[in-house]
Amino acid sequence: MTRNIDLARLAEHHRVMVRIRAFEETAKQGLDEKLVLGAIHLSIGQEAVATGVCLNLNRDDILLSTHRGHGHTIAKGADSTAMMRELFGREGGNCGGKGGSMHIADFGVGMLGANGVVSANIVIAVGAAHAIKLRRENRVVCCMFGDGAINRGPFLEGLNWAGVFNLPVLFVCEDNGFAATTRTRTMTSGDGPLARAKALGIPGVTVDGNDVLAVEEATRSLLDDVRSGKGARFLHAVTYRLTGHTAVDPAAYRQKQEVDEKWQSDPIARVEALLGDAHSAGITKAREDALREMQNALNVARDTPYPDVSQAFADVQDIGDPRKEAF
Amino acid sequence: MGTLTYIEAGRRALAEEMRRDANVWAVGEDLGRGGVFGQYRGLVDEFGADRISDAPISEACIMGAAVGAAMMGTRPVVEMRFSDFALCAIDELVNQAAKARFMFGGQTRVPLVAREPIGMWRSSAAQHSQSLEAWYAHIPGLVVACPATPADNLGMLKAAIRCDDPVVYMEHKNLWPLEGEVPDGEHLVNFGEARIVREGRDVTIVTWSAQVHNCAAAAEALEKDGIAAEVIDLRTLWPWDKDAVLKSVGNTGRLLVVQEAVSVAGFGAEIAATVAERAYKSLKAPVKRLGAPRAPISYAPPLEQAVTVRQDAVVEAAKKLMTF
Ligand SMILES: Cc1ncc(C[n+]2csc(CCOP(=O)(O)OP(=O)(O)O)c2C)c(N)n1
Repeated sequence: MTRNIDLARLAEHHRVMVRIRAFEETAKQGLDEKLVLGAIHLSIGQEAVATGVCLNLNRDDILLSTHRGHGHTIAKGADSTAMMRELFGREGGNCGGKGGSMHIADFGVGMLGANGVVSANIVIAVGAAHAIKLRRENRVVCCMFGDGAINRGPFLEGLNWAGVFNLPVLFVCEDNGFAATTRTRTMTSGDGPLARAKALGIPGVTVDGNDVLAVEEATRSLLDDVRSGKGARFLHAVTYRLTGHTAVDPAAYRQKQEVDEKWQSDPIARVEALLGDAHSAGITKAREDALREMQNALNVARDTPYPDVSQAFADVQDIGDPRKEAF
Repeated sequence: MGTLTYIEAGRRALAEEMRRDANVWAVGEDLGRGGVFGQYRGLVDEFGADRISDAPISEACIMGAAVGAAMMGTRPVVEMRFSDFALCAIDELVNQAAKARFMFGGQTRVPLVAREPIGMWRSSAAQHSQSLEAWYAHIPGLVVACPATPADNLGMLKAAIRCDDPVVYMEHKNLWPLEGEVPDGEHLVNFGEARIVREGRDVTIVTWSAQVHNCAAAAEALEKDGIAAEVIDLRTLWPWDKDAVLKSVGNTGRLLVVQEAVSVAGFGAEIAATVAERAYKSLKAPVKRLGAPRAPISYAPPLEQAVTVRQDAVVEAAKKLMTF
């Protein structure tokens, strides 16, 4: 079957996807050089979900993400240099160097935060949607979570809440097959994410999450429903995590052969195949631009100082501020 | 000055704030029908079901949704029914509400109020009677309020709703019917300012919530024996009024801390340690704590009473301090 492909749009996805890939590869380089502190969770192989979904959100739409949130955050429009500074714990990071990779957030582009607690953002997302409804605003919330998150209570509680209050939320389950080092399906009873969503009254679809056009098409149709007041919708995007759970995880719990096979459906390679030879110059340029952007981000972040230590006591609270109260 | 009960004062506080600010709304189980104790009775008629909102039995989602809604600029008041049930929403309160402002580098604030009634109340047994205020005082980012009188319930709940920080607001269930005078006009209480319930030169009794009334009665009894006890109602545990306590201990040289909560690792320990660190020279007697034993709370009234700090225990402890 031949698809009617909008090559200009595909190239747009490609540009963002390679920026995400380059950001993460550069971050990994930063980690190896001990510039990135703490753990980072890479989303290499999952870029099609990030762009297929987020490029269809408006700037004033709200996005909530997971511990694996770099890709979503870039796709929502956050500045890569501020993000790199954040990963390095430096001044001028999105969160002033106080959050790091797992709490990456950019409220300026409607990105209300990655979260270090699996599943926790699902209930926060429905609250954001609740506020939108209370204030009769015309925007939507998109909440990303992994396949492992569906086994915690907030998944049930949040989807139920979204259904009960008919809220404008798009839930996106980014199913990479693993929850840390465990194959999620060995720990999940029943038929999995979409079946659970439907049981809670939230309609949705499953798509090939490595096919950016399929993700985009499904997202658009689900968002149309959400935007027209029909209530929450669910996207189950099946993908694969090509690298380890964290950047230092060799992922020895899976066969090399399996991973090699999965690289055959690397979503970026698939987009490039679709773009074809006619676009090879554009492809090369997108890759080079992305690398240059991220190397520059790395250099800037490296040269940026750590925040002043007084920041350790700032933004805790107004009432009972530790800068005034003894601790 | 008019008279209101503690429960009515809370209701008035919420209604006044909801009239003042369209972003204030309340959400929790059974609010539409007035809340389990009637704290919300009648409010749905004035404000509608969107702003006095019923919620599923889903404490984690009530609290988590409040976090999201607060980050979007509304000011949710969430009802947890009992502080015991709020334990189902601990991640949402402790890891999310209390941390968001800080870990996102000041990009957001979480102005929510978590109403978590505390305390023993009519044979409610081990899962409906706890006083867990010390837990929250331990968490950076949270404000902890424990009003003891109708006037304070009015002024403190209003202050909590206006506060840009997340506030854990702990009303005592036994105080709902307590009557007291409340100011007529706008009334706000500053957090971190203790109330001197009664002045005295011999012994300082520091307490909060329902034990304030017990200690006030004990102080009256002590006066008959010629002992003048100064009773301090802390009102908020974070921030707490160290100055008032240190000043009083500076005058009396004796400190008795009284709490309904389990004594071990309770807030009384914080007060005792602070006084030991900063006022040991003025102490004439060792600091004394009174609180519950580290046991779950019983259903049968005599057993429930056995873990309650009663007036005679306060009197006895104060007298003992006077023997040093
Ligand atoms: C409540 C909670 N439990 C455990 C963890 C540790 N943890 C971090 S990521 C992860 C796996 C999550 O799997 P999934 O939701 O599928 O997301 P993925 O990592 O695959 O993107 C676990 C168990 C956590 N962060 N939070």
